[in-house]
Amino acid sequence: MEKRVTFKGKKLPLLLILPQVIITAVFFFWPAGQAIYQSAFIPDPFGLKSQFVGFDNFTFLLSDKYYLAAFTTTAIFSSLVTVVSMGVALWLALMADRIIKGSSAYRTLLIWPYAVAPAVAGVLWLFLFSPNIGLASWYLEKLGYQWNHTLNGGEAMGLVVLASAWGRISYNFLFFLAGLQAIPKSVIEAAAIDGAHFWRRFWTIVFPLLSPTTFFLLVVNIVYAFFETFGVIHTITSGGPQQSTTILVYKVFSDGFVGQDLGSSAAQSVILLLVVGLLTILQFKFIERRVHY
Amino acid sequence: MSTVTLKSVSKSYGKVKVIHGVDVAINDKEFVVVVGPSGCGKSTMLRMIAGLETITDGDLFIDDNRVNELEPMDRNIAMVFQNYALYPHMSVYDNMAYSLKLAKLAKSDIQDRVNKAAELLQLSEYLDRKPRQLSGGQRQRVAMGRAIVRKPAVFLFDEPLSNLDAKLRVQMRLEIRKLQRELGVTSVYVTHDQVEAMTLGDRLMVLNDGVVEQFGTPIELYEQPATLFVAEFIGSPSMNIVSANANGHQLTLTNGTQLESSTSASGPVMLGIRPEHIVQDTTGNLLVDTGMVEQLGSNTLVHGTLSDDNTPVVYSLPGIHTEQSLGEKMRLGVSQDSIHLFNSDTGQRIMS
Ligand SMILES: Nc1ncnc2c1ncn2[C@@H]1O[C@H](COP(=O)(O)OP(=O)(O)OP(=O)(O)O)[C@@H](O)[C@H]1O
Ligand SMILES: [Mg+2]
Repeated sequence: MEKRVTFKGKKLPLLLILPQVIITAVFFFWPAGQAIYQSAFIPDPFGLKSQFVGFDNFTFLLSDKYYLAAFTTTAIFSSLVTVVSMGVALWLALMADRIIKGSSAYRTLLIWPYAVAPAVAGVLWLFLFSPNIGLASWYLEKLGYQWNHTLNGGEAMGLVVLASAWGRISYNFLFFLAGLQAIPKSVIEAAAIDGAHFWRRFWTIVFPLLSPTTFFLLVVNIVYAFFETFGVIHTITSGGPQQSTTILVYKVFSDGFVGQDLGSSAAQSVILLLVVGLLTILQFKFIERRVHY
Repeated sequence: MSTVTLKSVSKSYGKVKVIHGVDVAINDKEFVVVVGPSGCGKSTMLRMIAGLETITDGDLFIDDNRVNELEPMDRNIAMVFQNYALYPHMSVYDNMAYSLKLAKLAKSDIQDRVNKAAELLQLSEYLDRKPRQLSGGQRQRVAMGRAIVRKPAVFLFDEPLSNLDAKLRVQMRLEIRKLQRELGVTSVYVTHDQVEAMTLGDRLMVLNDGVVEQFGTPIELYEQPATLFVAEFIGSPSMNIVSANANGHQLTLTNGTQLESSTSASGPVMLGIRPEHIVQDTTGNLLVDTGMVEQLGSNTLVHGTLSDDNTPVVYSLPGIHTEQSLGEKMRLGVSQDSIHLFNSDTGQRIMS
């Protein structure tokens, strides 16, 4: 028997979904429409008038080597953020799943970073690794390593990846832990009797059974890395040095609000939208097939 | 050749002791059933043998080797779980082949063994299916198959049939028994169902609150229960227990009824009579008020009370009867030999 609420008229159901529709319209459709509209114009240098140019903004972008570099940077950045945050979270969840005593305290502590706003997290890591006064860079110097992410592009990338991944670990940890605890104990025990040691059990039993969780987190984390890491990058590196940490979203911001090239910025956000949409579709098409529900 | 020996094995969770020094020797090829009420420690005991729980105290031997510290995989045992614990993402074939692959057997050997087991368990046509595409009984068989392909020294079963419906349970019970005979593998089987225990086991171990009440053949347990607990637990419907006063072979019930027993005692005792040993007898001493009647087809269960007393008495009469046909009062008899006496303080059987 299916439980289903039925409405007599059409007014009430429409009224009930209205808030959601309004929110989606105001915060998604309207700006997306604006972006598409603006992407076809170039504003004059004083920002007073704009000129219709059709697809010129797009053709220019796709031949701009800085823009193409931002693509590569984004790919590297989001892969690293996703792999690091999910890898660490999974490892922590595996350990938390094994201990019983004090696991709730452990869990609570691990959730805290999630409550830290990205910009605050960025400042926090910035202080830690600040070349002159940072605690971490001081220790690194003791070890004979000269840390300076304001000059070294690789170090800058490492730092923003670390800061972005850190805020994400709690979230991933919670989902992984819930996923692990949903696997019946007896299945693991059966594998132990069948002769599988811990890592063997992990790769042949636990990981496959965890795949729905992993897949979900993969999608969510990539979207996160594409968009929500803006605050971290803005506070730590502002996209530098030499654009080495300028990911697509950051370029939308810097070209549009700093460079005042609203047309190009709008075109970039349209491209970004398409890329993320495409990525998500691809993930669902190819990875989901290998997921065991 | 495999024996399992427990020497004063006990288990505590923190301060709570759940198994109190169990001493048991299980012979080669023997089918031992551990039976007892929920929470008495059956699973805990089985899991200690499997190596899934640590042994707090005492020694566990498989053959002549002390295995207390061995990992489950090194004990050469196989276990069938109550929820089957199949690997949900693997096919039936892979479920059964998993342990063999881990043991690095040749591919052809693995195929041989799995196919043979599948044939034995009538699973050949399901080898490509995932567990969720099988019925409960088939899943149960896969779990059995996974256990037998390894040719272990000992089979351990933890209530493997409790998720099946009554009819399938009877059928699978027979299959398990047959399989165990054919393969000749020493087995320990946990259940709380005493009918299952009686029909499956070569020997039964009755467990109560972590203590072994009695260990013997089903008939021994039925005919000579060592304690009041075993007397009530084994047999269906369960034994009538009433208090009585003994003077040699002469017993006086609470309502004054006199009975003769072949064993003798003195003072207050607990008296046990199985429902199927009470017969209709116009010269008998037992006068009861008949109560509700349960017709089972081949026989009829009557729930009565002793006359002038509220002590309930259940007895079984052959054939079909109704409350009307039996009348309000009945005179019943019990033979001397079917009276069991127990010490009213300790619950121990009185032998002499
Ligand atoms: N991890 C644990 N920590 C503390 N006590 C436990 C633990 N596992 C079991 N117990 C206790 O040990 C006792 C025996 O449990 P066990 O699971 O062996 O019972 P059982 O005879 O198998 O019961 P059932 O027929 O319900 O399966 C129970 O009282 C239970 O509460
Ligand atoms: Mg149990």
